[in-house]
Amino acid sequence: MIIEHPLLGPRDAQEFVYLGDASLIDRPDGMAEDSVECFHDYLYLRSNPAGLHRELWFHEGGDRSWLVVTRDTVTHEIVKVELAADVARQRGRCR
Amino acid sequence: MSAPNRLSHRLPGGLIDRKRTLSFRFDGREYHGHPGDTLASALLAGGRMLMGRSFKYHRPRGPLTAGSEEPNALVELGGGACREPNARATTTELFDGLEARSQNRWPSLSFDVLAVNDLLAPFLTAGFYYKTFMWPRSFWDKVYEPAIRRAAGLGRLSGAADPDVYDKGFLHCDLLVVGGGPAGLTAALAAARAGARVILAEEDFRFGGRLNCDAGLFLGADQQDWISACVEELSSLENVRLMPRTMVFGAFDHGIFGALENNPPQAASGPRQVLWRIYARRTVLAAGAVERPIAFADNDRPGIMLAGAVRAYANRWAVAVGRQVVVFTNNDDGYRTAADLMAKGVEVPAIVDTRSDAAVDVGVPVFAGAAVVGTSGRLRLSGVKLRLSSGEERSLKCDALALGGGWNPNLHLTCHQGHRPVWREDIAAFVPGKAGPPGLRAAGAACGAFSTANALEGGRDAANDALEDLGFRRQDVKLPEAEGRTPSIVAFWHVRSKGGRAWVDFQNDVTVKDVELAHRENFRSVEHLKRYTTLGMAPDQGKTANVIGLAVMAELSGRTIPETGTTTFRPPYAPVSVAAFAGRSTGEDFRPRRLTPSHDWAAEQGAHFVEAGLWLRAQWFPRPGESHWRQTVDREVLATRGSVGICDVSTLGKIDVQGTDAAAFLNRVYCNGFAKLPVGRVRYGLMLREDGMAMDDGTTARLAEDHFVTTTTTANAVAVFRHMEFCRQSLWPGLDVQLVSTTEAWAQFAVAGPNSRRVLQRVVDPEFDISNEAFPFMACGEITVCGGLRARLFRISFSGELAYEIAVPTRYGDGLIRRLMEAGRDFDITPYGTEALGVMRVEKGHAAGGELNGTVTARNLGMERMVSAKKDSIGAPLSRRESLSGEDVLKLVGFCPLDPAQPLVAGSHLLPEGAAAQASNDQGYLTSAVYSPTLATPIALGFLKRGDARLGEVVDVANPLMGTRVRARVVSPHFFDPEGGRLRV
Repeated sequence: MIIEHPLLGPRDAQEFVYLGDASLIDRPDGMAEDSVECFHDYLYLRSNPAGLHRELWFHEGGDRSWLVVTRDTVTHEIVKVELAADVARQRGRCR
Repeated sequence: MSAPNRLSHRLPGGLIDRKRTLSFRFDGREYHGHPGDTLASALLAGGRMLMGRSFKYHRPRGPLTAGSEEPNALVELGGGACREPNARATTTELFDGLEARSQNRWPSLSFDVLAVNDLLAPFLTAGFYYKTFMWPRSFWDKVYEPAIRRAAGLGRLSGAADPDVYDKGFLHCDLLVVGGGPAGLTAALAAARAGARVILAEEDFRFGGRLNCDAGLFLGADQQDWISACVEELSSLENVRLMPRTMVFGAFDHGIFGALENNPPQAASGPRQVLWRIYARRTVLAAGAVERPIAFADNDRPGIMLAGAVRAYANRWAVAVGRQVVVFTNNDDGYRTAADLMAKGVEVPAIVDTRSDAAVDVGVPVFAGAAVVGTSGRLRLSGVKLRLSSGEERSLKCDALALGGGWNPNLHLTCHQGHRPVWREDIAAFVPGKAGPPGLRAAGAACGAFSTANALEGGRDAANDALEDLGFRRQDVKLPEAEGRTPSIVAFWHVRSKGGRAWVDFQNDVTVKDVELAHRENFRSVEHLKRYTTLGMAPDQGKTANVIGLAVMAELSGRTIPETGTTTFRPPYAPVSVAAFAGRSTGEDFRPRRLTPSHDWAAEQGAHFVEAGLWLRAQWFPRPGESHWRQTVDREVLATRGSVGICDVSTLGKIDVQGTDAAAFLNRVYCNGFAKLPVGRVRYGLMLREDGMAMDDGTTARLAEDHFVTTTTTANAVAVFRHMEFCRQSLWPGLDVQLVSTTEAWAQFAVAGPNSRRVLQRVVDPEFDISNEAFPFMACGEITVCGGLRARLFRISFSGELAYEIAVPTRYGDGLIRRLMEAGRDFDITPYGTEALGVMRVEKGHAAGGELNGTVTARNLGMERMVSAKKDSIGAPLSRRESLSGEDVLKLVGFCPLDPAQPLVAGSHLLPEGAAAQASNDQGYLTSAVYSPTLATPIALGFLKRGDARLGEVVDVANPLMGTRVRARVVSPHFFDPEGGRLRV
């Protein structure tokens, strides 16, 4: 597979390490009252779509960017690649 | 030069170089051929038809085909370590001195004892092992399977390491053309002229495809002249890479193709094979088609061959496969074979055409509406029995039969991503479906366009369409005038007759009867049929068999072929050796080897090395007279505790953390607090995974307000860095912090023992005070050593002694260890390896890899108080899960055997005294066990249920694998100097 790195252009998937669902970006507040329940859902509940899936890839053999790759799990077509840091900011994460 | 004799089957003409003669041996007998021959064509020219024995029934077999789809003529090539089993004689390029042997026979190819299997055939039908070898169960491994494996089989591996060199490579192109026949050549020409980067891969050693095999495809021009002109033009262009002997074996995601390139035999240089990964923006599949046989009784005798192959042997290799060749066909293509053979002077006694309206006036008797119902001849065909349209039976003498059952487009690559082919009734074949691998277009026979004119045009047009997609200009390639007949075919799969077996899959010995049996036993879906009968599961993947098997099943179940199912294909198109996949990654080169900065020095000391991940680390340093490693390790431990020892710890991961938010960041990735760590101090940190389990531990030094250096364990250096980058980029992108891995940048040595400070004072530059007052336990600082060399000093201890770790830039590591050894000479400074390091840390009760095994929490480790409740950190919320806080929780404790002569073994399980060694009595396990020379007893660390409340109790340490059981006392994990007084002096 080839991943179109937003900074480096097309790169072979062998340069990357896969982590999992991009929902891992949405880490709950660990100090909240119900944090154990929230973290259970965050860590263990995943949807398993046949179709578009957003997932985290790490460019370990490259520039060490974490990327959010939108991939069709049926065709392996990659429709979008973003920097995870940008996605995290869009989702309201900062400090 | 062998004189022509009555055995020679050579004809005039052909694409062989008769000026040179090559000698080779088959089963010890000498034969001759010419450059341009394959092993099969040269054997056939020498009158040798019998080339192998079948897989299950050991039936005598000759070649069925002239290409890589060959199911029968599999041979062993070469000798000794170079022996290669299962090479197809039909694609093996002949060279002088080639050695080949037949396989799966004993004692000889013409007399094979296991041919008795053929008589036992009624018992060896589909699924026979499932039914026959059911009991006794224990017989399967020891009796049945070895016996079956000996009897049924393919070639033998040499068992020795492969001495040849294999390599891997990467290629990029705008257009990949798979197949160098008429369609492939026009595709490559169009793309090449447009200026696109083109790769033309051809499995054969000669470009041209069927143009080399068939006569009269062009109506005016000479076929060979045209091929030469194409190849000449293509090789003159820099944007084209011509790859003969290259089999494209798989189509993968995003336009990536796997291809195996063979070096020519006896090439002077280069690897034997190269496995290419080709990145193609667009692809034209011009792989042609493969002919299929017709099933009838005893259709597998040597001398029965596909009609197109008979033609190829006659035209390309100038070989008559027989003196009298009967043609049996269900389509027009068979007539070409008859015509070509007659033109070369070979007798064709008859054409048997299953179509009742077959043309009759071709100068040969044509039996329309007839079929071959049986054959005779054991090691070579001697005659065929026909059933005429009238029902009358007639025998014909012949020594070869050309079999034309129609052609299957070579659409394998279009299926590799899960797309299915579709059935076309008019040509009775599957063609590529509308959906296929993105960017791939099939052309010519590969998409069912069987005429030469269609192929020439189709290749050019497919390439032009692809080029247009990429923004190149379409090219007009002038095509030679060629035949444009659409061959007529009436599907005909198998001849019904009483008695005799009709082969469907020659390579796996699957007959029509096996398909019938599968149908009768209700294995009717294609997938079940395949697995029950093993149809199409041999190394040839059923290239000649699958469609017939499917058609027979369709007939039996009264359904159409599309209703019955489709065939599909997975990579590889043809077998690829494991050696090619391994490439140069074998032996020592299997993975990179990392050497520590003191490696050369340690090797000079005679160190014994151990692999630790990719690293090679000194395990111990034996001295003359020491006869056992324990003696060495015990000495190293006692010398360190008694005076001073030194150990290379550069392999620990080092991560440089900088930025105004560095402290805040570390506070979130470690469960304990770092915000208040003063500059110039080091702190131990425990890192959790988000599920609350311990991930890694290490020390973090604060060199400045905004500058920390974190260490990780050797094994987890990569994973921890990846995790910290995840936290930084994906969780808290707004924090001002940067991470750099500096593991390779620093050489770091532990200097440990009561005299360590005195040794260090001799290398640390005098302006730096490292006295206990100025530089206490857990201090750190940037200093200079040896007269101005920048260094970092950390007063940390894994051994439990007064100890330091000193780091210098890697390139000075070798120099520093030599200088420290010199400086410590009068203290008898002792280098120690990973083993003594491990002994000392177990004596101190420090957790390491055995304890941090991915299943333990801070609470298991006795570190629950480190998990701060005042802040959020990775893993802290879930470490408070109810399920992790039960009463029976495992706790890290120490163990000493009651009898110090009895060693403890890591991995042993802990049982109440006297309890049976069964899972229900299990109370925990040992994680690390060593002999402590300091305490003169074996000691161990382990997790025991409620262990911290059970100090002093005696438990049984059971090792059922070794059959041992040792009584041991539960003690504090801090065996040595529990108060830590020695650290602080």
